[in-house]
Amino acid sequence: MTSEMISNLYVFVLAGFVGFEVIRRVSPLLHTPLMALTNALDAIVVVAAIIIAGRRGTALSAILGSIAVAAAFSNMVGGFLITDRMVRMFKLSGRGRQKP
Amino acid sequence: MTAAQYLPDFAYIVAIALFILSLSWLSSPATARRGVLAGEIGAALAVITTFFNPELVQFKWIVIALAGGAAIGIPLGMVPMTAVPQRTAMSHAFGALAAALIGISEYYIQIPNISKFEMMEIALEVIIGSLSFTGSLVAAGKLQELLPQRPIVYRGQNYVSLSVLGLAGALALILIFHPAHTVCFLFMVVISLVFGVLLVTPIGGADMPTVISLLNSYVGFTAALLGFVLNAKVLVVAGALDGASGFILSVIMCRAMNRSFTNVMFGAFGQLQVSTAGATEERTVRSATPEEAASILEAANSVMIVPGYGMAVAQAQHKVREFYDVLTKRGIDVRFAIHPVAGRMPGHMNVLLAEADVPYDRLIEMEDANSEFPQVDVALVIGANDVTNPAARHDKSSPIYGMPILEVDKARTVMVIKRGMSPGFAGIENELYYLDKTLMIFGDAKGVVGSLVRELTGGHEH
Repeated sequence: MTSEMISNLYVFVLAGFVGFEVIRRVSPLLHTPLMALTNALDAIVVVAAIIIAGRRGTALSAILGSIAVAAAFSNMVGGFLITDRMVRMFKLSGRGRQKP
Repeated sequence: MTAAQYLPDFAYIVAIALFILSLSWLSSPATARRGVLAGEIGAALAVITTFFNPELVQFKWIVIALAGGAAIGIPLGMVPMTAVPQRTAMSHAFGALAAALIGISEYYIQIPNISKFEMMEIALEVIIGSLSFTGSLVAAGKLQELLPQRPIVYRGQNYVSLSVLGLAGALALILIFHPAHTVCFLFMVVISLVFGVLLVTPIGGADMPTVISLLNSYVGFTAALLGFVLNAKVLVVAGALDGASGFILSVIMCRAMNRSFTNVMFGAFGQLQVSTAGATEERTVRSATPEEAASILEAANSVMIVPGYGMAVAQAQHKVREFYDVLTKRGIDVRFAIHPVAGRMPGHMNVLLAEADVPYDRLIEMEDANSEFPQVDVALVIGANDVTNPAARHDKSSPIYGMPILEVDKARTVMVIKRGMSPGFAGIENELYYLDKTLMIFGDAKGVVGSLVRELTGGHEH
């Protein structure tokens, strides 16, 4: 057991609780955008993939890393894009609504 | 150590703070766009910072991979709302793939100097990442209807699946003590990929909201584990947030179906109940034409629409919006009662109706809708079935007994738009259809709602 592992565990538990409290408040109206947004945030693994792909290493790690960069980045781009499209659709009733 | 060395860490900390803000702003539609923007800024900051990492020696492949990722991601971000469930499953697959591949290459970089704890983290990360990858692909295939939506089951299935998982666990255990066994490692990866397929294949289409949520939490926890492996706290936090989100959604979905995780994953709903269908043959239903239904609707003061997966399949949401407009113009109070598991993923009905420009303050959650139904003149069910079955309240022998339902049977008049009398996902007869107050309007959801709109506008289309 390393001290790094312990400090990561602290971070994990605290972040888990923060996540729980924050996400509990998300309106069920927005559960689909929530899933799209958390997918996009989770795509932050792209930073680890970039390092694996770009640092001095074997050909294997460069290949695996590059595939991982592409997979994660597609989630980041697509996830933010579709979340934004979805949340823009939610409108209140009342004046000023126009047919597209 | 100089302060400049910690600059990347500061950037990652800011990114994490922005991620948490992003999720908290998503709590209501009014602030949701700000939330997306905060997430985008955080992600961009983290990615740009990483480019200045001194360990990086080549950029060509990174740039090519980023371009490739964008080329895949942009079309996946532009899919129509009806395709959002399968898109979500695909993005779970990509997320799991990325995390598993990073774990695998980290293993090859670190052997043979790898401690027991490190090996444990890597093994767990790679197992969950791999099974989530194939599991999500199968889920996406089912949602896209490339694979059959019905549960695919065979005798002794759970034993086979669990043995496969056990085998992956045993290989991980061997690796912890003999990390240099690369054959063992590869075998473990393959077995985990196989287990992902076995895990999701037996699950039926109607259970997809729970499965998608569970896979979401697996992918999140994979990223968090990857953070442990690489000692990268930004991944630990982002993964924990994603994992918590998927977990909460899974719990909500399970509660809305009155089922447990184990029951969803290993229950293969819908196989056992088919035999009970015969007893209902002599019961009669009242059917109505759109014309008759329209004359009742004209006289109503309040209408509650209950949309379900059938509305999504028929792509009827835009016609439903027209219907909503016509009734609202006549001064009728129209609202939509949304069951948490209506559709194929959490919140599916809400985005479909929002896409069709139905104002979100007209969409009501189950509890609120249920206290309203006794005052509602007409409850109109469009493509929903089991979530409206009153048997869930009183019939102890029914497989959906105890499941929270939308109590449409308490409305003064119930109208059900349905293609035919076929039962829902659980193979259960819906006794709602045989009530005296229920009118069945047979036909395709889009067609029937279209005729209702025509009747209500007096045949004068503008």
